[in-house]
Amino acid sequence: MKSHKQNASPAARAAALEHALEEGGLIAEGVLDSLETAAEDHFDWHHGARVVARAWVDPDYRARLLADGTAACAELGFAGPQGEYIVVLEATAECHHVIVCTQCSCTAWPVLGLPPDWYKSPAYRARVVREPRRVLSEMGLRVPAEVAIRVTDTTAETRFMVLPLRPEGTDDWSEDQLAAIVTREAMIGIAVVVAG
Amino acid sequence: MDGIHDMGGMEGFGAIEMEPDEPTFHEPWQARVFAMNSACIGILKAYNADEYRHAVERMSPTHYLSAHYYERMLTGIATLLVEGGTLTHEQLEAYASGAFRLSGPLASPQQVGRSGVDGRFAIGDTVRVLDWQTPGHTRVPRYVRGKEGIVRHVAPAFPYPDHSAHGLLGRSESTYHVEFTARELWGEQAEEGATVVVDLWDSYLAEAR
Repeated sequence: MKSHKQNASPAARAAALEHALEEGGLIAEGVLDSLETAAEDHFDWHHGARVVARAWVDPDYRARLLADGTAACAELGFAGPQGEYIVVLEATAECHHVIVCTQCSCTAWPVLGLPPDWYKSPAYRARVVREPRRVLSEMGLRVPAEVAIRVTDTTAETRFMVLPLRPEGTDDWSEDQLAAIVTREAMIGIAVVVAG
Repeated sequence: MDGIHDMGGMEGFGAIEMEPDEPTFHEPWQARVFAMNSACIGILKAYNADEYRHAVERMSPTHYLSAHYYERMLTGIATLLVEGGTLTHEQLEAYASGAFRLSGPLASPQQVGRSGVDGRFAIGDTVRVLDWQTPGHTRVPRYVRGKEGIVRHVAPAFPYPDHSAHGLLGRSESTYHVEFTARELWGEQAEEGATVVVDLWDSYLAEAR
């Protein structure tokens, strides 16, 4: 039977669900608070920026990162749910990488954080696999015709991160300076990193 | 299932809207829903990630499209807890003082996808995605059914989602990162110089013709 009641708001439904879980004694007091805090602390794209900066200044680390992304991210302390198997996609002068999850919104949480709304939007999920060059151009990134675009759809348990090209003119920059210019958008592949 | 969640290649959605300096959560209830899902999967073990994804996929397409990501998550959690007998729908609607829409029913276990192979392919192999359909959960996007591509990477074995989403003891299989040319997927109108990599379980694939 379809309900004829007025739909409750998402906030009211979320509160109802929490109430029911509490009433059943299913989740101990304080657990949801600590999970919320953990989400904000552990799932942060600035971690990915540290990984990229390290790979730019340390060729051995870069090699380890491309060979085994999971282990190399864990070396810097970045691991956990949705980071069980990380593959890093190396942007080159010949090939630009961009990541999507067309069926839900899977993301490498420990290094990219929880995904932004645009990444979860039907428009991005539907379009970027079909017309990536146009989509990137609309989003402000013009990829030259001679550069290939490889779109990676996160359909199984591998989680991906793009290692963007290091911008020119940053040869004498410190690792911290470099980490500060890396963006989440560049690690998903809808942007490139620009110096200062 | 050929649900609304399987969006790759759909047309007509228009421009992608971006918000500068977007916060992780826009409203407190969204963070709460994320925490409840983490607790239900990680602590209560009320369901696994495949069952969760499939519960969201079973939402009616009209509801799915009108709902924010965290409202879809909320619907998935509530659906699974009601189906599992942990909570009742009546209880949720009483506490919410209004209707609490849940997802549609689960297909019977007899209808789920086949499994039983592993490790058949290696980097460089040309493979074809099987063109079969299931009313249950699957991670084969519609847009690669029947298409041929080249294996670029072999990932470790993970539980076969077509089974684990239905509470069946899923065996694990390798997944392959298979690269398809845009032309193979989208025909002559495809953009030049583009490819799409899709991560596919062994059971989804066959040798190329």
